[in-house]
Amino acid sequence: MLRFLLRRIGLIVPTFIGVTFLSFMLIRLVPGDPIEVRAGEHGIPPERLAELRHEYGLDQPLWKQFLDYEKGVVTGGLGVSVVTRAPVWTEFTTLFPATLELALCAITLGLALGIPFGLIAAVRRGSAFDYGLMGLSMTGASMPIFWWGLMAILIFSVALGWTPVSGRISDMYYVEPWSGFMLIDSWFSDDKGAFASAVSHLILPAIVLGTRPMAVIARMTRSAMLDVLGEDYIRTARAKGLASWRVVIVHALRNALIPVVTVIGLQVGTLLGGAILTETIFSWPGVGHWLIESIQRRDYPVLQGGTLLVATLVIIVNLGVDMTYGFLNPRIRR
Amino acid sequence: MSDLDSTAGARSATAPMPNRYVLFWRSFAENRGAVVGLVVMIILIVLALVADIMVPHSPIEQFREAFLTPPVWQHGGSWNFILGTDDVGRDMFSRLIYGARLSLIIGVSVVTLSLICGTVLGLTAAFSGGVVDSFIMRIMDILLVFPSLLLAIVIVAILGPGLFNAMLAVAVTYLPGFTRLSRASALSELARDYVTATRCAGAGRAHLMFNTVLPNCMAPLIVQASLGFSNAILDAAALGFLGLGAQPPTPEWGTMLAGAMQYYQRAWWVLTFPGLFILITVQAFNLFGDGLRDALDPKLKR
Repeated sequence: MLRFLLRRIGLIVPTFIGVTFLSFMLIRLVPGDPIEVRAGEHGIPPERLAELRHEYGLDQPLWKQFLDYEKGVVTGGLGVSVVTRAPVWTEFTTLFPATLELALCAITLGLALGIPFGLIAAVRRGSAFDYGLMGLSMTGASMPIFWWGLMAILIFSVALGWTPVSGRISDMYYVEPWSGFMLIDSWFSDDKGAFASAVSHLILPAIVLGTRPMAVIARMTRSAMLDVLGEDYIRTARAKGLASWRVVIVHALRNALIPVVTVIGLQVGTLLGGAILTETIFSWPGVGHWLIESIQRRDYPVLQGGTLLVATLVIIVNLGVDMTYGFLNPRIRR
Repeated sequence: MSDLDSTAGARSATAPMPNRYVLFWRSFAENRGAVVGLVVMIILIVLALVADIMVPHSPIEQFREAFLTPPVWQHGGSWNFILGTDDVGRDMFSRLIYGARLSLIIGVSVVTLSLICGTVLGLTAAFSGGVVDSFIMRIMDILLVFPSLLLAIVIVAILGPGLFNAMLAVAVTYLPGFTRLSRASALSELARDYVTATRCAGAGRAHLMFNTVLPNCMAPLIVQASLGFSNAILDAAALGFLGLGAQPPTPEWGTMLAGAMQYYQRAWWVLTFPGLFILITVQAFNLFGDGLRDALDPKLKR
């Protein structure tokens, strides 16, 4: 297991260097000189420009600049936002819990509904439920989530007036940011209305973001269950006279979940991409919203650092999924 | 390949043996969803082709007396604008039909570009092996680490917003998929005897790559392309929605939604129809792609 782990980590290093190289190149490929971009629209005199170029090391050869950048990345120096003057790392860590909270609720929703639906569809294969569910999950997988979000607002916020349109919590409440998760923080706040407000703000974005994972998980659970239900050990279990729900839940589902775990891991990238759109529609103050704003404000250090951090996150999650998989299935540990 | 066809043809003269296209169609038509997808696809293609003669108005013409006119069946609607008008008085119906043309062009261009580049890269990696192989595949690994929408956004940030750049960006995000797939299928074909035989007959590398191996790798690539088509439309529309894709007044579905966001309280039709068209188009291509996969790959038969 240790060798497997070390080999897997060894494979990550070149990928990570490549990712930092791409993010390093980003700021050099956007039109305009990085310093002039940072100076904004006012412009700066040429002698000051040369001074600043030297200060930021931009008069150095490219490979040396890259080494310096790499050094900065390893020590957590990702540059400073042009707009807010705050370090990119600080901004990311403040906003990331909001994205994580949204993504976790979305994936929980996807699991809580996707697995039982897929399970029932597999057990009742060929029934109206099965056909209906597979049709729905196909629609879910084809859904343009930015439109789905707008429709959800149109129906639940505008027509029915059930949920608020944007933000994480009503302006009426002030919640001390302790964990960064609004649900937890508002639960422990003195004002009991705060928690209800946080839930009502979260529910719509979570449904919208969770729709696609739900569809994928339901389909995956169904096909994995169908594979497993055809196996000999299921027939044996049934022949032993075990209750049929016990065979399905204990014997079949446990084995069918292994491919589902992998699919959840693969959904992380999709989820983060979807978070960009969901956060934009619901003005959710998370990382996705922040990245889109950074483009509109031409805040390239933020785009550069934020992209790098998101990619790093995906690398770590993929590693985690591989580890879990290796743990569940010793055959692939070679 | 042509030898196969002629022997099959000779046999069918004596005994009624359906040719492989008929067999393919039978297995495809078993899947009702796939047939529905195909029908919707054909309708969309026809709409896109005849857009010029069938739409009542130009997609960018602004009718100053008719801002936010509701659809015809609603109070205040008019037959002049069947699906209503948008915030600057453009006919929704005309814009949606032109949007179909645009979306199909986006899908075809993105997938074609990505398919060609990916196949060339994948085959090169498979045939070269060693350093070239590792180099190409590591680059693909790096591209795969970025969530595809984020990668597309970053590329557009570098190139500047616009429909062409957005298409280019989306094409790059599909590159790893096609490259990996063509490399994997080429590697499994390379071990076969017929490749060795052709090589012994003195075929050059390019001939081996594109005439010998590629035709036998096509099935998974076609399936991936048909499924990628719908995602390409979806991603390009998402970029348009974020203001990074096609720019107004281009009648692109995602771009139309971006401008409509502020009217959610007053004009539901401006918000609803473009997304509905995206959903129907994407679903049609997904259903078709699924059917194609089942028909082309007997191993995955349900």
